[in-house]
Amino acid sequence: MTRIENDASKITRREFLASTTGLTFAMAFAPAGMFLMSEAKAKAAGYEIGAWVRIEPDNTVTILTPGAEMGQGSMTGVPVALAEELDADWDKVVLEWAPADPKTYGYTRKRGERISQSMAIVGSRAVMMYYEDMREAGAQVRKVLLQAAAKKWNVAPAELRTEPNVVVHPASGRRLTYGQIATFAEVPAEMPAVSTAEYKDKSQFRLIGKPIPRRDIPEKVNGTAKYSIDVQLPGMVYASTVHGPVQLAEPESWNDDTVRKMKGVIDIVKLEHGVAVIADTFEHVLAARKVLAVSWAAGATAEGYDSEQALETAYPEIAVDQNANNTTVGEAGDVDAAFANATKVYKADFRSDYGYHAQMEPLNAVARFNAAGDQVEIWEGTQAPGRSRQRIAQALGFGLSQVIHHQHYMGGGFGRRSINDYTIEAALIARALKRPVKMIWTREEDLAYGMFRPQALQCLEAALDGDGKLSGWRHCVVGDGGNLLYGGIKLNKYYDVPNQFIEQRGTSHGIRLKHWRAVAHPFNLFAIEGLMDEMAEKEGMDPFEFRRQRVAMTPKAREVFDAVEKMSDWPTKRPAGRALGLSVSERSGSLGAGVVEISLDQQTGKIRVHKVWVAIDGGTIVQPEMARHNVESGIIYGLSSVLKERATMKDGKVRQSNFHDYEVLRMSEAPEEIHVEFLDRLTKPTGLGEIGNPFITAAVANAFHALTGKRLYHMPFTPQRVIQALKA
Amino acid sequence: MVSFYINGKQASVNAEPATPLLWAIREHLKLTGTKFGCGAGLCGACTVHVNGKAVKSCLTPLSSIAGKLVNTIEGLSEDSSHPLQKAWVAEQVVQCGYCQSGQIMKAAELLKQNPNPSRDQIVAHMNGNICRCGTYTRIIAAIQRAAREG
Repeated sequence: MTRIENDASKITRREFLASTTGLTFAMAFAPAGMFLMSEAKAKAAGYEIGAWVRIEPDNTVTILTPGAEMGQGSMTGVPVALAEELDADWDKVVLEWAPADPKTYGYTRKRGERISQSMAIVGSRAVMMYYEDMREAGAQVRKVLLQAAAKKWNVAPAELRTEPNVVVHPASGRRLTYGQIATFAEVPAEMPAVSTAEYKDKSQFRLIGKPIPRRDIPEKVNGTAKYSIDVQLPGMVYASTVHGPVQLAEPESWNDDTVRKMKGVIDIVKLEHGVAVIADTFEHVLAARKVLAVSWAAGATAEGYDSEQALETAYPEIAVDQNANNTTVGEAGDVDAAFANATKVYKADFRSDYGYHAQMEPLNAVARFNAAGDQVEIWEGTQAPGRSRQRIAQALGFGLSQVIHHQHYMGGGFGRRSINDYTIEAALIARALKRPVKMIWTREEDLAYGMFRPQALQCLEAALDGDGKLSGWRHCVVGDGGNLLYGGIKLNKYYDVPNQFIEQRGTSHGIRLKHWRAVAHPFNLFAIEGLMDEMAEKEGMDPFEFRRQRVAMTPKAREVFDAVEKMSDWPTKRPAGRALGLSVSERSGSLGAGVVEISLDQQTGKIRVHKVWVAIDGGTIVQPEMARHNVESGIIYGLSSVLKERATMKDGKVRQSNFHDYEVLRMSEAPEEIHVEFLDRLTKPTGLGEIGNPFITAAVANAFHALTGKRLYHMPFTPQRVIQALKA
Repeated sequence: MVSFYINGKQASVNAEPATPLLWAIREHLKLTGTKFGCGAGLCGACTVHVNGKAVKSCLTPLSSIAGKLVNTIEGLSEDSSHPLQKAWVAEQVVQCGYCQSGQIMKAAELLKQNPNPSRDQIVAHMNGNICRCGTYTRIIAAIQRAAREG
């Protein structure tokens, strides 16, 4: 029953609203936030409106879903909350993509005085940000249906109940389906107010907390699910962009005559940081790419950049350079006094390499202009439809209404697909060509012109007071990328250290950087929890006991640690050659603690993670199955980066080019067992798309120490680094 | 012009002999269930069957399949009723889904050769197919289920 249309034949919003039968509940945005109202009233008030819920006489309930789908399941998870309070029959629910219109379909973000609407599905936000709005909207629609039925039967609304898609009058046994009500009811000018007290109690939930099959799965097992790369348009031609081997270099000239003579080549278009070849077929594009020889202008910032050298020699200098460009991220108490009065001080430095998103679907988009050239249609998979549409308009000098946007499934996002540089390229090429264009980056292009998780050096110091308690904390992260370096650096969500100073020291390399799944949490928690484990060891204490006795833990942290200790049966000895490691996990309001069990091949230096246990406080778990998938996925994604993934730059060029030298985790390296438990909570849902990722680095490093007595300080833990550590 | 059979039907593609089968399938024949992932035979997203054997279509030149039988995800069953497709739904394997056509085609080859594979045999057979969402443990469970339930 999923109707996610991906081609131009999709019914338009206007048709959706203008339909004469059934009930349409419009969504409007006003300064107070999003709310449901009648279409007439929204129009009269001059609001931007869109349909949100529609009930057809045949009892179909259509809900527009704003949950951009990149594998995390929020396309299904977001509307579940609405359907729950509406008491909809999930089998009768049809989902359609919400248009790229954040004013109407965005969630509300309040940052200080600033209130904004966004549809960006980033930072594990989909269910977390939409949950309350969805529940309210569902409850309001249900109330309208109840009032309409009450009027029809001439009874008090309080006498009525609902069953899935049915209003029932228990006293008389009368029943009306939602579809039947839709034939006579009207959407009131003023939607009824609903208080949270009227929401369902947890015990009444039919959908929230129950395993609901994901709507996208059936079409993803038979090849019919449409990604933007699958779009076919009449008269469409193909393009691919070649970017400079040094990122952001500008093209100067190329062998234009030679390439233009090649079979099928239609045109060559110069872009700001690349040259696009366009041909009648994609194989001709690929052939032309191979022959195209571009000379690039000198002067790109990244020229001559050597990432390994920067990490090994430049970063440590920046860490102690008092004149370095720095940002204070967190400060509390008197940290100098804490260190002056310390009975013991522990220090350690940690390093991590650049990370590439490596989403399975190489970046691509399809663009088509109208004959007049004053309107563009875009087909893409994006994590941020609103922002994407706006940036396309900006790049073309268009108003928003000149950009028609078609959302698609994404073959992975992981933070890369919340910025649409590739889509803008497709639009610019299509404009130059005056023909519909499918623009696809090759894997090599996707990697070399990647936007990376920045590499980092972390310098930590911890002070223990006379009672052996953690009293002082200094943490400096050095690198390029501002907040891409220090998200997750603050430990106050789980450890309360009275005196602390946390800072970032910056430099700039001219390499494109971007949010990567869980952003900076994976490498920051590697450092924080690596040092914690080292202190426990040196103090001769069990890692759990050290944290409990020497560190002031938040109550939430205490609970997740207790839970994972039990889950993993921590005190029980493991077979010879196996060892356990522990770390906290934190991201997007969720908190977790995880344990891994590893073994090591001493000859090859290959670490193998066999088992993983993680306990998570994620608030109300709207979809437990999907939540578990997300955590498992985060664990594998994280583990891939812990054991294998590294991007490096030499002479300003990215050295890796495809999956043979940018290796990601394969089936033979995946853990045999992953155990995920969610603490039973009634609080609001928090983000789960990335909570599986941050703990895994330190957990593996700490398990490695338990197994070998040696420590790993540089992620990823490649065989070469492991062998080096064993010799140290 | 190269002629072959695709999902039981005869097809002719007007392209150079060196054209990768992947692009012939996706853009000439418009069967887009088969995916482009790396173009270098490293990820398995483009896996299809040629005369019953799983191949990486991004490395298979069109010239090599003249007259042969090519099967893609669209031809695995008419109604998603192949045991692997049913098992994939039952185990809720899929996340972003982009690699899954290739995974299923690769697994179909395995079950044809070995109706009751061990976990190790599954892993050895499937190791060339990358899943970036990390659905590996569920893929294993789904193959085991398909073997069990047929």
